Amino acid sequence: MGTICVVNAQLSNAGADFRREDGAQPPSLFPPYASTVERSPREPLLRIPQTPTEQSGPGEWEALFGAQVTDLTCTRGAPALGQRIIVCGQVLDEDRRPVARTLIEMWQANAAGRYAHERDQWDAPLDPNFSGAGRVVTDEQGRYRYTTVRPGAYPWGNHYNAWRPAHIHLSLMGPAFATRLVTQMYFPDDPLIEIDPIANAVPRAYRQRMVAHFDINITQPSYALGYRFDIVLRGRAATPLRAGI
Amino acid sequence: MDTGQHSAPAPEPRSDSAAVAARADNQTPGLFGQTPWQTVGPFFHFGLPWDGCADLTGPSQTGGRPDLMPTGYAALRGPERSRAAPPMGERLQLTGYVFDAQGRPVPDVLLEIWQANASGYYRGSGFVGRGSASIDEDFFGFGRAATAEDGSFCFRTIRPGRVHFKAAAGALQSPHIALGVLGRGLLKRLTTRIYFNDEPSNAEDPILGLVPAHRRATLMAQRIDATATGAAGPSTDTRAHYRFDVRLQGERETVFFDY
Repeated sequence: MGTICVVNAQLSNAGADFRREDGAQPPSLFPPYASTVERSPREPLLRIPQTPTEQSGPGEWEALFGAQVTDLTCTRGAPALGQRIIVCGQVLDEDRRPVARTLIEMWQANAAGRYAHERDQWDAPLDPNFSGAGRVVTDEQGRYRYTTVRPGAYPWGNHYNAWRPAHIHLSLMGPAFATRLVTQMYFPDDPLIEIDPIANAVPRAYRQRMVAHFDINITQPSYALGYRFDIVLRGRAATPLRAGI
Repeated sequence: MDTGQHSAPAPEPRSDSAAVAARADNQTPGLFGQTPWQTVGPFFHFGLPWDGCADLTGPSQTGGRPDLMPTGYAALRGPERSRAAPPMGERLQLTGYVFDAQGRPVPDVLLEIWQANASGYYRGSGFVGRGSASIDEDFFGFGRAATAEDGSFCFRTIRPGRVHFKAAAGALQSPHIALGVLGRGLLKRLTTRIYFNDEPSNAEDPILGLVPAHRRATLMAQRIDATATGAAGPSTDTRAHYRFDVRLQGERETVFFDY
């Protein structure tokens, strides 16, 4: 009779620390992005252990933030102008575990590259049928999907003839205060990405993580082009598997 | 100085060709890993703040910047609030400014707070504070405030209870509020904590104990005499008022955390 090996197959992650930032994270000071020079700390960050404060986070989205808005093309009367796109994907952690029921907030410029915001006054028209903000909560498999128009590039004052690549701003809470993430999604083959100081703050080897993947299978005939964009949050440090005989 | 010390090795692109590497994207298998931070930028006001997001105690209009919405446009709608009662606990008002390296107010940052309820429970967490901690159905514990044109912000909340240092046991932390700072010129969030200068247990707080003594004051909200700000006549504002400034760089730079 062989020995019976009983293994506790359950990795217990409750209270396990979230992993550190990986090499993809930009520094706070990046002089080519001029406004970081006077807004980034000079003292080293203080390393502190994670406590329940850092490891918990709000989890009730619509009651706290408001209802989901997943079609940005038809929130105001007539359809918004511009290239209609579907963006979908999964929110995962670094171990590829889906992050279910988590909130994504998004905002963007219109198809002409103009934000519905008083501080954006460059000479591109507002679209009366597009404001450009939405929110979506992932399903039980961590999946999300929304429809919008492809934002235009826009000029900014960082340096002479500076233009931001077309981008959609994304804000995620994740399961904890420590997993908060704000990023920007870029579009494939955009020549502005390579010369953009904000995207360039991310080391070259990791930069393309922020570029959406055109997918003909998400594209809907006679309706919208489709892009896939997964968002990956900090994972957990695993506690050891316990084996007993 | 945080100049991006990388702990993980760079993944190798599939080919030596720079052109092929440039066509890599979010779905490229060898590239999987944490999505990088990017700045929230200057135009978040129509997407992130909602009406009353800076008031954790009841319905209000605070926290957003409706003045930054063009005529005919508005920020994304907030929740349908029909909270039956104000949350438990001592009500607080927390005001202050955000300053840059030159001591100039910063009018375009977003502050976020996260805190336990009055009995030391973090909503939705599964972590429970001391034995008597309970869920307060009327309190979520998360708030946002966009700074005003003069760089100021104002949160209304309740004094958080004390929570354990680790999940179920260990030292109790002093009452504190986790704070995140996002904005133009900030490539990634800066995090810190707000403590209360009139709290006797601060001397025992394990996190404060890690802060160099000469910088601890940057995490202390200062109690202000509320009567000094009241209007003539009997005041209905019974909140305790505290002042807390964020200094992004330079003299009295706020301590920011890495965790």
